[in-house]
Amino acid sequence: MSTPNTCETCPVHHKANLQKLGLNLDNIDFVLALAGNPNTGKSTVFNNLTGLRQHTGNWPGKTVARAEGAYVYNDRRYKMVDLPGTYSLLSTSTDEEVARNFILFGQPDVTIIVADATRLERNLNLTLQILEITDRAVLCLNMMDETRRSNIEIDVRGLSKELGIPVIPASARRREGMDQLLAAVEEVASGTYVCRPHRIKSHSPKLNRAIANLASKLAVLYPDLPNAQWVALRLLEGDNSIMEAIRSGELGEIGTSVEPAQI
Amino acid sequence: MEKTTHHLNPEDLLSAANQARWELGVNFHDDIIESVYEDATRIARKTVRQKDENAAYRQDLKIDRIITSKWLGFPIMFLMLALVFWLTVAGANVPSGMLASLLIDTAHPWLKAGAAALHMPWWLDGVLIDGAYLSMAWVISVMLPPMAIFFPLFTLLEDLGYLPRVAFNMDSLFRKAGAHGKQALTLSMGFGCNAAGVIAARVIDSPRERLIAIITNNFSLCNGRWPTQILIATIFIGGLVPAAWAGLVSAGAVVGVAVLGIGFSLLVSWGLSKSVLRGEASTFSLELPPYRPPRILQTLYTSLIDRTVFVLWRAIVFAVPAGIVIWLVANVHVGGLSLAEHFIQATDPMALVFGLNGVILLAYIIAIPANEIVIPTILMLTVLSSSLGGLGAGSGVMFELDSIADTAQILQAGGWTVLTGVNLMLFSLLHNPCSTTIYTIYKETHSLKWTLVSTFLPIVLGLIVCFFTAQIWLLLT
Repeated sequence: MSTPNTCETCPVHHKANLQKLGLNLDNIDFVLALAGNPNTGKSTVFNNLTGLRQHTGNWPGKTVARAEGAYVYNDRRYKMVDLPGTYSLLSTSTDEEVARNFILFGQPDVTIIVADATRLERNLNLTLQILEITDRAVLCLNMMDETRRSNIEIDVRGLSKELGIPVIPASARRREGMDQLLAAVEEVASGTYVCRPHRIKSHSPKLNRAIANLASKLAVLYPDLPNAQWVALRLLEGDNSIMEAIRSGELGEIGTSVEPAQI
Repeated sequence: MEKTTHHLNPEDLLSAANQARWELGVNFHDDIIESVYEDATRIARKTVRQKDENAAYRQDLKIDRIITSKWLGFPIMFLMLALVFWLTVAGANVPSGMLASLLIDTAHPWLKAGAAALHMPWWLDGVLIDGAYLSMAWVISVMLPPMAIFFPLFTLLEDLGYLPRVAFNMDSLFRKAGAHGKQALTLSMGFGCNAAGVIAARVIDSPRERLIAIITNNFSLCNGRWPTQILIATIFIGGLVPAAWAGLVSAGAVVGVAVLGIGFSLLVSWGLSKSVLRGEASTFSLELPPYRPPRILQTLYTSLIDRTVFVLWRAIVFAVPAGIVIWLVANVHVGGLSLAEHFIQATDPMALVFGLNGVILLAYIIAIPANEIVIPTILMLTVLSSSLGGLGAGSGVMFELDSIADTAQILQAGGWTVLTGVNLMLFSLLHNPCSTTIYTIYKETHSLKWTLVSTFLPIVLGLIVCFFTAQIWLLLT
């Protein structure tokens, strides 16, 4: 704080470059998905960046519909889709299906995962599941102000290394960390930062064999599919929307389209 | 393997997946979840360090032990609700009177004079100024002050993290009723807006329990109905006791109606889960978030802009056309009587059996688009259709109204008794959802049948409850 000039010259200090667009969704360059557990401040992040006023409150489950907003950062236009907060992506409830299908079929350029830093382990469950689907994500480690109150210390760089994606500490309620988040999203979206997402390997040998077998078939049918392992797993689970997407040919379009998909 | 891949088609893939699923057996879903948890635990152990003890967490735990305790949980909940309503009732009176005197006593005659100066035809002047403008003015003066107090208070409770505790307290009740515990959350959401509550039912996995949550959400008093409850309780229930107690007693009455709504929610859930929607309640985990110090200024700002202005705007949007309809039904005459009088006279005998009156029934038909305009509609209809010589000169020309006391005067002149007030409060709780909610239910369930059930079940219940209340009342008095 004592050296404000250093801050202003830092490339991260781009507040002037942020222009909140609210609901103006024209000529979008990048599509962002905003995912996270319920009650992690997802809506607050969404509001901070888009200038919209999604209702916020301290209780899980208040966002159930999908909200969209937009912003301009460094002359690039970003559309942001606020997904319902979920604890996992593995069950059959409507909110989890909405989140899962958007991350898969909506092919967001970057998925911003908002996590509650005071409950990191539980939040990592969802984070890891998202990293199975997409390889372009940024973790927004929210509620850092509360970790101080709770005497919790997080090795942010170590976490970033483990997950293979940028991790940005933030306190969205105080609008802290938003600049860094915008910069990290830009880097991932433009390809400056190449994510090497953590993938789960500790399945049983039998399951691993089944996944590998199906994934190899998927790779032949859909050479551009970026997440064949995960799709294979969903097929084993009998996920109807994936089976439907295979029959309709929608799955074949994933990874091939240049334009961001309009859902 | 290599040979077949070139001729692979999607159906082969799907049958391979089916085959593999059989071979893996039933436990592999748990295996998948376990491996996710394993990795999460490993990463967390590497990167998170808990220094000393977590003082904040322990403090939260202490508060939760009291707030969610078996014996104190519910009393604390009722006290909180009562406090919120008491502050609303006590605080809304004065600003309400000031707004009414400005918009109705000052601006309305001024507009009338302006219309006369422009030689506006009487019917245009009537539709626009006595119909549209006046009902809008009513909505603002009757609803704005209570909402401007109630919503920020409610939002503060929400911001603090109290709502999930309410859900936690009620969870066991819902399970006993055969419904999903998360229905306590959708019910809380319904206290804001039923359409939002119906959408919120998406958090419930099982279709059976989700349907129960959707059908019963209407029993949560929504935004649009709080002002009705608060105003009628202030006039009829508060009026029964000495002035010093009026605020507290009327707040108690509103809490009573809200709690009755929760009771009906449970009762109907139980009935449904024992009959047409039979099944076991499924389990789930509910997160109790940490208590967070609410940001007072931000809460004030967002609740005023997002909720108060939003609801008020919706009320105005619906009140203007409703005002026109009201003016028309009160001024289009067939056979010497206005349409409103025809309807009111025809339905009055039947309505009186239920302890209501024709005006209330007509008001609820006109107000289907928005519960917010029930009170203004009732007041307009009462003034326009009954010959209230002292207050309204003929069909809806100027009348003076500047406070809750005058509202009471109008209603009493229209033949209202304490019973009418009580039954209006009950009927306001138990009647069809507004058209937005009905449409939302249809969109969420894709079923005409369940939409109709959700629409008519509350009306039938409302009429039954009002009927018995009226009959018992008449026996006792």
